[in-house]
Amino acid sequence: MWDYTDKVKEHFRNPRNVGLISDPDGVGEVGSLACGDALKLMFKLDDQGRIADVKFQTFGCASAIASSSALTELIKGMTLDEAEKVTNKDIAEYLGGLPEQKMHCSVMGREALEAAIKNYRTGETGTQELEGKVVCTCFGVTDQEIERIVRDNNLSSVEDVTNYSKAGGGCGGCREEIAEILSRVRGEPVEVEEPAPAPKSLTNIQRIKLIEETLEREIRPRLRQDGGDIELVDVEGNRVLVSFLKACAKCPVAPFTMKEIVEAPLRQFVSEDIVVEEVKP
Amino acid sequence: MKNVYLDNNATTMVAPEVRDAMAPFFDELWGNPSSIHTFGGQVKKHMDRAREQVAALIGADPSEIVFTSCGSESDNMAVRGAVEALGGYPHIVTTRVEHPAVLTVCRYLADLGCKLTELKVDSEGRLDLDELRNSIHSNATVVSIMWANNETGVIFPMDEIAQIVKEAGAVLHTDAVQIVGKLPVNVKKTPVDMLSLSGHKLHTPKGVGALYVRKGTKVNPLILGGHQEGGKRAGTENVPYIVGLGRACELAAEHMDEEIVRVQAMRDRLEEGILATCPDVRVNGDRENRLPNTLNVGFEFIEGEAILLMLDEVGIAASSGSACTSGSLEPSHVMRAMGIPFTAAHGSIRFSLSRYNTEEDVSYTLEHVPRVVKRLRELSPFVQKAGD
Repeated sequence: MWDYTDKVKEHFRNPRNVGLISDPDGVGEVGSLACGDALKLMFKLDDQGRIADVKFQTFGCASAIASSSALTELIKGMTLDEAEKVTNKDIAEYLGGLPEQKMHCSVMGREALEAAIKNYRTGETGTQELEGKVVCTCFGVTDQEIERIVRDNNLSSVEDVTNYSKAGGGCGGCREEIAEILSRVRGEPVEVEEPAPAPKSLTNIQRIKLIEETLEREIRPRLRQDGGDIELVDVEGNRVLVSFLKACAKCPVAPFTMKEIVEAPLRQFVSEDIVVEEVKP
Repeated sequence: MKNVYLDNNATTMVAPEVRDAMAPFFDELWGNPSSIHTFGGQVKKHMDRAREQVAALIGADPSEIVFTSCGSESDNMAVRGAVEALGGYPHIVTTRVEHPAVLTVCRYLADLGCKLTELKVDSEGRLDLDELRNSIHSNATVVSIMWANNETGVIFPMDEIAQIVKEAGAVLHTDAVQIVGKLPVNVKKTPVDMLSLSGHKLHTPKGVGALYVRKGTKVNPLILGGHQEGGKRAGTENVPYIVGLGRACELAAEHMDEEIVRVQAMRDRLEEGILATCPDVRVNGDRENRLPNTLNVGFEFIEGEAILLMLDEVGIAASSGSACTSGSLEPSHVMRAMGIPFTAAHGSIRFSLSRYNTEEDVSYTLEHVPRVVKRLRELSPFVQKAGD
């Protein structure tokens, strides 16, 4: 169970300003069903250019709903210049804090607000325009977005960035790039923390041992049935050098034997990329 | 406020009979069952009895039962122990929808050098038995396939799986944590080599499990340093909990026939009620081959954690494969393996019943689920009409 503050629970139970405005001045939409959370925010300005009415719709967990509700309460009555200065930290603080892994909910609020203000000023509609280069393709997060989140929240690790923006939380392929952005913004080197347990690749000795075991268990019994045998000569990377012995050495179907009886099991049990080559003894 | 507990695939209430059976082992019967004196000897008799009770529930011989600390330990021991006993880097075959206690161990062993095959499931969570057959190339293979899935309740055809694996001469372990006590399991009829079960899924407290190891199956121990459990699992036995597990297995056997029918009828009423009152809802998993107590439904356009918390406010406990619940950012690996659309996976809720649930619980849940779903959909930007 998440450790939500009473204020988060209260805003989740009784969210303020839910719904639509029939004739809004600005509309911002961020997120998607696939991402697991999404927010649509709209506002109406009064004669003085202050936010007179603001409404939202949210698809997401309790903290996403509470963050959206908090945002609408925060910006009501503000001018757009004031509203623009609202950060995700302000949203989280208004709620008495959010669990670290849920900080991205507050970021979503700030993004929707930005998109709505932009929509009012430029007339651009639809989903938020992505600015900068997409770093995290799983969740569609750009380098500019990550830089801003790092600066606003003084983040120092890749894990923080994932908690605040989701970036790096899918396949993890962009974690190095996130570390580079962190290093750039902070002006100090930041490295990717190794997730445990780290995948181990075979050492050369393990590899040779595994090849020898596979030869003995899977391959030699079949060759010996026909009076043949095989010898491991050398291993160079993915190249496995062998010599055919006895009947196999002068067998007319040796190339077939090589592919089907020798190479296939080695690819299966040792590594997909193995190429077996015959060397004459 | 009412309390309706519908999360029995996560853990179950301790049966009063189990608690009563355990109580004397915290008071007068505290001896070490390995001791030669009477303090120990009298305790050993009770432990032997528990071994018989567990064996009886699954059709095993008492000598084939190894007591462990939990289902995860049983799974770890079975997979690692069988791989180590074979020696070298044998091939491991498992499925994409296994419990992490199996899947993580298999992937760990693959990192060390074993070849790993993870079998696919279809959109209903079913295996392709031909894929299983074609993936076993040698008898130096350890196969670990769950009997029933914890998230969807989908039951794999273990008789056929066992036949395929036995014909290939490979070793078969099954994680049966979710099925034992809910449906009849008999290792004489279904020739698995190893089977994991867990106490707290069948009304013991947390902290006890067992691994069935068929006579002659080679499995190395996970915990070394003692002669206990026939040398298969060192450590002074957790006697009170082992006695509790024995009693729980006896109770499960006593109640099984009528409880299957009663629990399934309640589950079916819950399912029909939800489908009838909530639009845009789907049942996840093969409805024909499913545990009688489990219902996994995907509510479109709303998110699982929000549903759970709103249900929790009225005293209803369930669980979700949604990303937000677990703190990960993606829906559960089971939902992803089944290719459940994101729209429904994020809003997937598991209701799992036990023999302690009542018809009144189902009625109460059916009062609240449609209200919660409607309320959250009013908040959702993906439902076209506001207030729909």
